[in-house]
Amino acid sequence: MRDDNAARMNLRLLLRPLAFIAVLLLLWEIGIRRQSSHLLPGPWGTVEGIVDLVRHGLLLKYIVASLFRVTWGFTLAAALAIPLGLAVGWYRRAEMALNPILQILRPISPLAWIPIAILWFGVGDLAAIFLIFVGCFFPLMLTAINAVRSIPAVYVNAGRNFGLGTPSLVYRVLYPAVVPNLIVGLRITLGIAWLVVVAAEMIAVSSGLGFLIVDARNAGNRYDLVVAGMLIIGVIGLLLDLGMQSLEKVKSFRWGYSED
Amino acid sequence: MSQTQSVIAPTALKTKLSVDRVSMVFERDGKQTDVLDDIDLEVGDGEFVCLLGPSGCGKTTLLNAMAGFLSPTSGEIRVDGEIVRKPDPRRIFVFQERGVFPWLTVEGNIGFGLSKLPRAEREKRIAHYVKMVGLQGFEKTYPQELSGGMKQRLEVARALAVNPDMLLLDEPFGALDSITRLIMRGELLRIWEAERKTIIFVTHDIDEAVQLADRVVVMSARPATIQQIVNIDVPHPRDISSQRYLQLRDGIFQQIGLAHKL
Ligand SMILES: Nc1ncnc2c1ncn2[C@@H]1O[C@H](COP(=O)(O)OP(=O)(O)OP(=O)(O)O)[C@@H](O)[C@H]1O
Ligand SMILES: [Mg+2]
Repeated sequence: MRDDNAARMNLRLLLRPLAFIAVLLLLWEIGIRRQSSHLLPGPWGTVEGIVDLVRHGLLLKYIVASLFRVTWGFTLAAALAIPLGLAVGWYRRAEMALNPILQILRPISPLAWIPIAILWFGVGDLAAIFLIFVGCFFPLMLTAINAVRSIPAVYVNAGRNFGLGTPSLVYRVLYPAVVPNLIVGLRITLGIAWLVVVAAEMIAVSSGLGFLIVDARNAGNRYDLVVAGMLIIGVIGLLLDLGMQSLEKVKSFRWGYSED
Repeated sequence: MSQTQSVIAPTALKTKLSVDRVSMVFERDGKQTDVLDDIDLEVGDGEFVCLLGPSGCGKTTLLNAMAGFLSPTSGEIRVDGEIVRKPDPRRIFVFQERGVFPWLTVEGNIGFGLSKLPRAEREKRIAHYVKMVGLQGFEKTYPQELSGGMKQRLEVARALAVNPDMLLLDEPFGALDSITRLIMRGELLRIWEAERKTIIFVTHDIDEAVQLADRVVVMSARPATIQQIVNIDVPHPRDISSQRYLQLRDGIFQQIGLAHKL
């Protein structure tokens, strides 16, 4: 009975945005047809653009190229920034020493690193991966620092009370206590990574979805391909976010999100 | 009135815990706060002692020092003759219900201190304490889905499961509604009678102290000193309308300077 209702609710929740999107697409198509100057390709033109990309075998290749860079940049950043941030958060003195540097580096847009990335790594995958790494590293490190610092002292005290030494305290109390905050941080950061890869590919490499967009414009003003690229970037970004969001539903993490 | 002033545990019991001239001074922003002033106390093995005192007097501080989370500025705390220097699973601190780990199920919480035991033994113990605190059927439930009282029982079960000699409880029932609080007092007494742990129980509720304790330690406002130690010589289960009970309770009310008329 309850499941039934829940299913119906889900359907309704899904139908409404879908209907809204359909209406928007329709208005877009109508708007395009009614004026002669080409401000934008219409939805139909965009679909044709996507089909064109698939036929040339570019779509999959570019998606894979972009995802490859994001995966490496993001994973490297997470693998370094999280342990480092946890350690720094745990030892207050380290935090006080590092904080000024972090606060200066953090507001620098990852795009400002593009010249340096190209200087160090040349035009290619490494430069793009480096940019994503830079874009993810600082937010992840700050997330990890704050996650440790917001662990309620009772958990740490309880852990020590049951006789845990430092390694088991880290593994059995510190780590589970920070996971919910880390997941939020990872989710936001993956979004940043996806923004950065597109920008990086416009300048620092010659493949990927970002490259597709500049290339389509440079090589003959194919705005249908530009909009197709944008759309695909949006959809993949959404899927990445949904993937991360589903982690928040894991039962042993969920306590970190309920506000009741 | 036949209230004892003695700080010594009843002679029949072996001394479990001794607090010897303990003082505590906190320093914050260059300002010094005297919190504990020359506290002397002995608690016998298996005794139930309530620490009673006004808010902010230093009860939690004293309990933290007994647990080994804080070291006193001067003086010594000994358990079984050994100076307390750090937390130890032989004396478990119960932090209201806030100390249960939200990332573990009821089973996971109760088994938290049992990771060194063989699996079969661990499961037996978990089942035993799940039953003792009446959480059967909730073994796989996360604390989020438990009520305040259930979380409180869970934390007590987690503490008991490691078979400590001593439980240190800091206003464990303070956050519960009055009915649940009464039930929990009964359950704690039942568990205490079954397991005979030494219990130090912090409260600022006079009735609660007199209902539960063998001895009530009445503390003054900050810096806390021990004003009086009252022997509650009423056998369990206590008749809370008996002459003796009321007499003891009123004595404490007066000691604290409260007339119990509103
Ligand atoms: N780490 C600390 N640094 C400085 N002062 C502290 C610290 N911990 C506690 N205090 C101070 O010590 C005093 C006693 O605190 P404590 O928590 O022991 O009181 P309490 O008797 O448990 O009060 P309550 O009944 O409200 O829980 C308070 O005035 C508090 O501000
Ligand atoms: Mg307190």
